[in-house]
Amino acid sequence: MKVAVLKGGRSLERGVSLRSGARVEEALGRLGHEVLPIDVGADLVERLGTERPDIAFVAMHGVGGEDGTVQELLEILGVPFTGPGAAACARCMDKVQAKDAIDEAGLPTPGWFAFNQTAFREFGAADALGRLEQTLGFPLVVKPSRGGSSLGVKFARSAAEVPQALVSAFSYDDRVLLERFVDGRELAVSILGDEPLPVVEAILLEGDRYDFEARYEIGRTRFVCPAQLSAEEERAVIEAALGTYRALGCSGFARIDLILDDHGPWLLEANAIPGLTDTSLLPQAAEAAGLSFEALVERILDLALTPQGVS
Amino acid sequence: MRKPNEGGGPASIRHTWGMSEVPEPTHRRRAHTSTRDLERYAGLFAERTTVMRSSAMRDLMAITARPEVISLAGGLPDTSTFPPQSFAAQMTRIAQKSAAKALQYGPTEGFEETKDCILEVMGAEGMLPDHDDVIVTTGGQQAIDLVCKTLVDPGDIVICEAPTYPGAVPVFCSYQADVIQVECDEDGMRIDLLEALLGELRAEGRRPKFIYSVPTFQNPAGVTLSLERRRRLVALAREQEVLVVEDNPYGLLRYGGEPVPPLYQLDGGDFVIYLGTFSKILSPGIRLGWAVAPPPLMEKIVLGKQAADLCTSTLTQYFVREYFAERRWQRYVDDLVGIYRARRDVMQEALRMHFPAEATWTEPEGGLFIWATLPDYIDTNDLLAKALREDVAFVPGQGAYVDGRGTHSMRLNFSGVDEDEIREGVRRIGKVIAEQVELYGTLTGERRLPEPAAEAEPNVLPFRKAEEA
Repeated sequence: MKVAVLKGGRSLERGVSLRSGARVEEALGRLGHEVLPIDVGADLVERLGTERPDIAFVAMHGVGGEDGTVQELLEILGVPFTGPGAAACARCMDKVQAKDAIDEAGLPTPGWFAFNQTAFREFGAADALGRLEQTLGFPLVVKPSRGGSSLGVKFARSAAEVPQALVSAFSYDDRVLLERFVDGRELAVSILGDEPLPVVEAILLEGDRYDFEARYEIGRTRFVCPAQLSAEEERAVIEAALGTYRALGCSGFARIDLILDDHGPWLLEANAIPGLTDTSLLPQAAEAAGLSFEALVERILDLALTPQGVS
Repeated sequence: MRKPNEGGGPASIRHTWGMSEVPEPTHRRRAHTSTRDLERYAGLFAERTTVMRSSAMRDLMAITARPEVISLAGGLPDTSTFPPQSFAAQMTRIAQKSAAKALQYGPTEGFEETKDCILEVMGAEGMLPDHDDVIVTTGGQQAIDLVCKTLVDPGDIVICEAPTYPGAVPVFCSYQADVIQVECDEDGMRIDLLEALLGELRAEGRRPKFIYSVPTFQNPAGVTLSLERRRRLVALAREQEVLVVEDNPYGLLRYGGEPVPPLYQLDGGDFVIYLGTFSKILSPGIRLGWAVAPPPLMEKIVLGKQAADLCTSTLTQYFVREYFAERRWQRYVDDLVGIYRARRDVMQEALRMHFPAEATWTEPEGGLFIWATLPDYIDTNDLLAKALREDVAFVPGQGAYVDGRGTHSMRLNFSGVDEDEIREGVRRIGKVIAEQVELYGTLTGERRLPEPAAEAEPNVLPFRKAEEA
């Protein structure tokens, strides 16, 4: 099969995407497929037109590749592609949209407020910040609505730290999210097709929990897979993750991130195209389930070519 | 754009050689396939690799390589003015006269003829070391590495400037040094603070192995250590028998003010190890630098160099020899100085025009960099993300500190881009800063609309001056 691997692009996560893409290309080569690596740029449509791949493996992260833009294009061109469709990608990428959908589905997600820059610039939203103390409490987490890999995610330990955190978050997106901080175990559930893979727990060995750098470095975060959970905890976590996957309309695969505390799981976000690098969580979870990286890649291709209705 | 599977791979080489009996090479990029593999290797990693980190910033910096991005992030000298005809003629002469030797191994210390060139360069700044005290290294970077290799055991103290040369930090870390940084102001490292630090350390019974400094046109801050402080530093080193490592890549790139003698010259070379390079006065691509150290130290440094790479590239040493024989190297440096001075002036003017009143920056008399500091609510790592959307890049300040500071500062390079790009690049950065300043004002209720500082008082606030008061 001729497989176009879409990677790179202009997103801030270009570096991670190139690593994901390279690893997928190697695996595809070993599986005997014809590999067409494409660093996504202005000539994408033209190249897909002339090269006519049987399928596109989307290994892009962040804005452009993970937000439905490329997926929309592939849908128009009629090229089958891996991972969730355009609409699901758009929902996952935008944390505010995702949280709305999760909340509407009756699933637990930490309390939040979303603001765009206009609210501050034109409607004096700053005056409402004083009420965060009563509503969300401190510390709270400030995130750009669209962004990945913890870029621009900051803690605010007090009201005084909120403006600075907002300035950072607004560097990445025009809309930001202020979210109640839940202190608990950090878990990730990867879903392949509609099968949950073993749960991964991320245990930060040093530094801040929301440290972008720690996520991609061996030695700073320890990943345990399968996570040590009681049967009851595991059931609750997987149910919450599958519920989120469905609520967002995902297909193919996705990774759901959540926090587990004494009250149970709290859903944080869904990653429509989780990383596929050496240190990424989806491949680790697949491996724990007995799927080699090649088998994972092959399965992802199968899922894309024979879309399963999400039950 | 390069197409996949294009160009000659191993197969075409085999074809050219007609070696059809050579077995088809197997594809060997297979090592990192599973997490289990990774864990297996991780178990083998040396202790020091835990502090050797690739960074997310490096990922972001990958984006700065996009052709449409105006990058004020580099530290690149301009090599475009080096005449290709001269280059061709020099290399041709080498091929004709000395092909066999130029393609052979050379002495670990480097050729005497290369050292002659080095002495000429050092002589231009008033230094005249012995041939025997000099070793030719693979770039100035290797000189830093060799000094650490010779002097630093895990846990040893290395003192450097705050901010310091970002490229030195990973070297110190890879030798597991305990790095302590001493604040700088517009006159370079605060020697009063250094003195206090040395006192504290002595009280604890600890002695630093060396003090690393880029005293002239510092990378990244652009500041120069004043003569008075130089004298004090050299005296301190002597009193306390601490070595000073003087890294001086930019000394000859002076665009204004009076030259200040290098530490090496003031000290006479007893307690100062001197590091130099051809990178900024000729070419960084030739990877030629050097170290000057007293004989007992040099002996060990040579052994370290032998272990590291046997010898510095013979070919490029021949090139330098050939180039210096034309006796035009100083004129070329003068040309560079003219180009860089104009670019520095353009950047200073653009900063005054486009950076908001809240920002401050240094006014270097030479070198390649300006260091700008923004209000403390702006994180320059995040600002870079915003700047990249405007197709402009700078180096966030954090890399110049070992303790996570520097998040409100940025390094701007003016040597690697032309004047129009400098103007436009600074304008774009100024725009994103202004947006963040305004946003912060809105968020805190103080609606401080940013005013460009043009026509106002020159905004060159010597950074951290307040602390000296």
